Amino acid sequence: MTDTSFHNRKYVIGGVVLLIVITFTVRLVYLQLLSEDYKIFADSNAFLNNIIFPARGAIFDRNGKPLVYNQPAYDVMVVMREVENLDTLDFCESLGITKEIFLQRMEYIKDRNKNPGYSSYTQQIFMSQLPSKDFSVFQEKLFRFKGFYVRERSVRRYDYPYAAHVLGDVAEVSQKDIDRESYYMPGDYIGKQGIERSYEEDLRGTKGVQILLRDAQGRIRGHYKDGAFDRKPIPGRNLTLGIDIELQSLGESLMQGKLGAIVAIEPSTGEILAMVSAPTYDPRLMEGKERGKQMSMMFQDPLHPMLNRAIQGTYPPGSTFKTAQGLTFLQEGIVNSQTLYPCSRGFRYGRMKIGCHSHYSPIAFVPATGTSCNAYFCWGLYYMLNNRNKYSTIQAAMTVWKDYMVAMGFGYKLGVDMPGESRGLIPNAQFYDKIYRSSWSALSVLPIAIGQGEVTLTPLQIANLGATIANRGYYITPHVVKYVEGGHLADSLLKRHNVPVDKQFYEMVVAGMRNAVTNGTCRGANNPWYEVCGKTGTAQNRGHDHSVFMGFAPRENPKIAVAVYVENGGWGATYGVPIGALMMEQYIRGELSDASKQKALSIQERTIKYQF
Amino acid sequence: MSQTQKSIFRSIDWVVILLYVILVIWGWFSVCGASYDFSNPNIFGWESNSGKQLVWGGTSFVLAMFIMLVEKRFYESSAYFIYAAVIILLLVTIFIAPDTKGSHSWLPIGPVKLQPAEFAKFSTALALGKFMSEYSFSLSSSRNFMSVVGLIVLPMVLIIAQHETGSALVFFAFFLMLYREGMTGSLLFTGFITVVYFVVGIRYSDTPMSYLPVSVGEFTVILLAMLCTIGLMWVYCRNLDEVKILLAIGLGTTALLLLFAFFVIPFNICPVMLVVNISMVFYLLYKAIYYKLANYALVGLFCIFSSGFYYICDTLFDHLEPHQRIRIEVLLGMEDDPRGAGYNVNQAKIAIGSGGFSGKGFLNGTQTKLKYVPEQHTDFIFCTVGEEEGFLGSVGVLITYLFFIWRLIFLSERQPDTLGRVYGYSVVSIFIFHLFINVGMVLGLTPVIGIPLPFFSYGGSNVWGFTILLFIFLRMDAERELKKNKY
Repeated sequence: MTDTSFHNRKYVIGGVVLLIVITFTVRLVYLQLLSEDYKIFADSNAFLNNIIFPARGAIFDRNGKPLVYNQPAYDVMVVMREVENLDTLDFCESLGITKEIFLQRMEYIKDRNKNPGYSSYTQQIFMSQLPSKDFSVFQEKLFRFKGFYVRERSVRRYDYPYAAHVLGDVAEVSQKDIDRESYYMPGDYIGKQGIERSYEEDLRGTKGVQILLRDAQGRIRGHYKDGAFDRKPIPGRNLTLGIDIELQSLGESLMQGKLGAIVAIEPSTGEILAMVSAPTYDPRLMEGKERGKQMSMMFQDPLHPMLNRAIQGTYPPGSTFKTAQGLTFLQEGIVNSQTLYPCSRGFRYGRMKIGCHSHYSPIAFVPATGTSCNAYFCWGLYYMLNNRNKYSTIQAAMTVWKDYMVAMGFGYKLGVDMPGESRGLIPNAQFYDKIYRSSWSALSVLPIAIGQGEVTLTPLQIANLGATIANRGYYITPHVVKYVEGGHLADSLLKRHNVPVDKQFYEMVVAGMRNAVTNGTCRGANNPWYEVCGKTGTAQNRGHDHSVFMGFAPRENPKIAVAVYVENGGWGATYGVPIGALMMEQYIRGELSDASKQKALSIQERTIKYQF
Repeated sequence: MSQTQKSIFRSIDWVVILLYVILVIWGWFSVCGASYDFSNPNIFGWESNSGKQLVWGGTSFVLAMFIMLVEKRFYESSAYFIYAAVIILLLVTIFIAPDTKGSHSWLPIGPVKLQPAEFAKFSTALALGKFMSEYSFSLSSSRNFMSVVGLIVLPMVLIIAQHETGSALVFFAFFLMLYREGMTGSLLFTGFITVVYFVVGIRYSDTPMSYLPVSVGEFTVILLAMLCTIGLMWVYCRNLDEVKILLAIGLGTTALLLLFAFFVIPFNICPVMLVVNISMVFYLLYKAIYYKLANYALVGLFCIFSSGFYYICDTLFDHLEPHQRIRIEVLLGMEDDPRGAGYNVNQAKIAIGSGGFSGKGFLNGTQTKLKYVPEQHTDFIFCTVGEEEGFLGSVGVLITYLFFIWRLIFLSERQPDTLGRVYGYSVVSIFIFHLFINVGMVLGLTPVIGIPLPFFSYGGSNVWGFTILLFIFLRMDAERELKKNKY
């Protein structure tokens, strides 16, 4: 019998089975006991975290006028597997697209290289952010287009074409945002600029989530544990700004055709009443799907409309800076109300000359401020830096000077509640030691006394100087947002910063600034209704001078401090003074007089030619 | 008669019955898990798969009882008739079966569908048993051997014609039975090495060896062909000196070629190695003809086949159906397409992996219930076991199968006649093949070939087919005692 001779082969066959079972067991040890990956894969497979987006907070101006709010837009979605018998022509017509675009789009969706998450079972975006009016046409016919769906999404809407730089905008999160904060998922919106960005956490609210069970085709099979782990979204907080939209709109129209900035602050609170950066743009351009195109266009614009000059532009402050110098000299006892300095059409010392316009000489502090005498402040700094009784070295004197400047809010960021603020530049002793190789004298640095030379400030810092003077010696961190509904402002925004200069000296500066309005460079700002205090600046630079104005009103219990900076605008009196005066009038009186309206119109129409 | 029945039930192997019942019930629970619908949690209703499976399981117990009533004599006498009937059924099925996912293998009978291919297994096993138990039968007779191969290949071809390649491949299992019956091991070895050639050759056909214009796949296959030929000569021709010389020539030439290609002129060394193999073939044929040694001729044939295999492989591969080609490519790690062909296996691995040590609990598996795993209640049923019962359950199933198959081997060996033994080993081989391919596929170790896991995969044909297959054997085994008693 043949079977007996092959009897032992049963062990081979039995061994094969054992070997198979052992191999499988080893594999199971790897899959089930050693590797954690599969459990994680399984969760992301089966649980669909259906995110419910909270409504983003709305933004109002200081008088409760809505500036930014949400409006529904519609994404047209497609489930490829369900599309059948599509009347392409009709479909394209109701969306207002050509057949080529349709085909292109469908190809794009199916291309896994470009659209990695593609599944023919799930909704894919065919067209995003269809405005309501286009949508209504499409919706009527939607039932005819099998496989097409709409998804509601809210987009930001703006009621005014103003304050683009302040408000900022929202857009889809970048990969960087996602990497930085795990809250965000691709496709989420995030504030990109302005207060949309700096108040992102207040505005965005908290996403809600429904945990759904999803099958392999992406179909929903119900709530996980009947919704026990679902969370409701928490809507974003509404913001009320310090901005007065009427004042803002006036500022923006006055700055038409010019480069520069206007910042208006309520001195007692630090609230920013207007923040104008020119050129500006209509925030509505950034709505929805056009944003990318608009952004790249504006980035290429040589005038840099995206730049918020009010906080990002750093300029020589010109003569507005003299007020800060005067306060320093008075406090340090370098000058007093009686001190007279000569001015023979300028400061002359050896071969050094800093020009001035013609006025009487010698001159005291208040009239010197009023006429904006360059020589007076140059002498002041000269005597301060060379006062060896008080300061051991020029470096020590410089350090004292620098400390005053910093105390007044210069040289560092003020901490405004907006992204991208610049700090400007206040030179210190080390700075000059470095560039002059430690051999420098008061004469070397003298232009800083009149807001020239190395000193640069942002328009916000200039306005804040005005507010500090209006407050006679302190300022509250300037801030754009007045009130967060259901939240609170950061403590740093409400902080009072005291300048170590006596109130009496501030009163002298105030007197000087009043003198400038009544008798000096700011006569254009004078009016019969309230006492304006002001200081012009004509900042020299390589091109035409910059026209600067800093002022506040009324003199007692000031309501508004304002800084105007018009690039290459010439004399401070040419643009700075009238613009500043109109801003104050608008805010204090609530409207412009007929004469002022005429003036505003003429300024609005004046354009400065810039060469780039 | 009642006396006989009584003794049948006494002599039946209750160990196998117990394991069978465990597997069927365990299978039913798995089908419940796999087809459980969160929105329709009725696992007993006829409209659910689990409800139907309950019917299949229950009826299969009744079916088993009936089969136990049929005497072995009946199978002995009607083996060819059953075989012929099933062959006709298979033939008819090709033409009348409606298209079910591209396959023409399901016959709708009233509310249920039957797959005749499932029944071809036991009919072929019976026919083989009957044929091989004939007095004059000898496996070493090539005529007999070819007839055996014919009996196996005929249903295979018909099932392939039904586009059920997976079910057809099961018939290769019979070669394991033939091995037990004395078929030379070299044939199994040839089959095994063919798979190795195929896997290595296809997998690495486009991989260059370092900077040489040499395909790693081609080189390896030719080298393997050389070494296997020399190995076979050693085993079957027993001329050690010859083997040593050939080995020295083969390896020496290869080494020289490699050195030359690496350090002098980079060129494709494979054709030269092929020349070495061909020279070897000529030597072997010379020995075979001159000394009339058949073994040399066979080894020579092996060498020709091995050397040429790589070149026909590419052609063969190109002639596979695209979905099968992609399945092979995915299995060999040449394609990484988790949403495409690799999707099934990937999801299967995720489902099993997420089960952990003790599983998620009955009806708690999310992966299988939410239909991430395609065919989860049929071919991929093992996923549900892995996910819901974890490592413990999975290994439990495997060990149950191990003892089940071992017990069947034991029963086969104690058969007093060739019919019983051949049939028993056929059953053993079919279970091994199904277990190996099905669980291996789910674990990502074997190609995705759509064959069910016996007793676990959903489907009446599956449960019934394996029940018939098994219980015919149990009846034969039970009669072993009767025969003893008779004589």
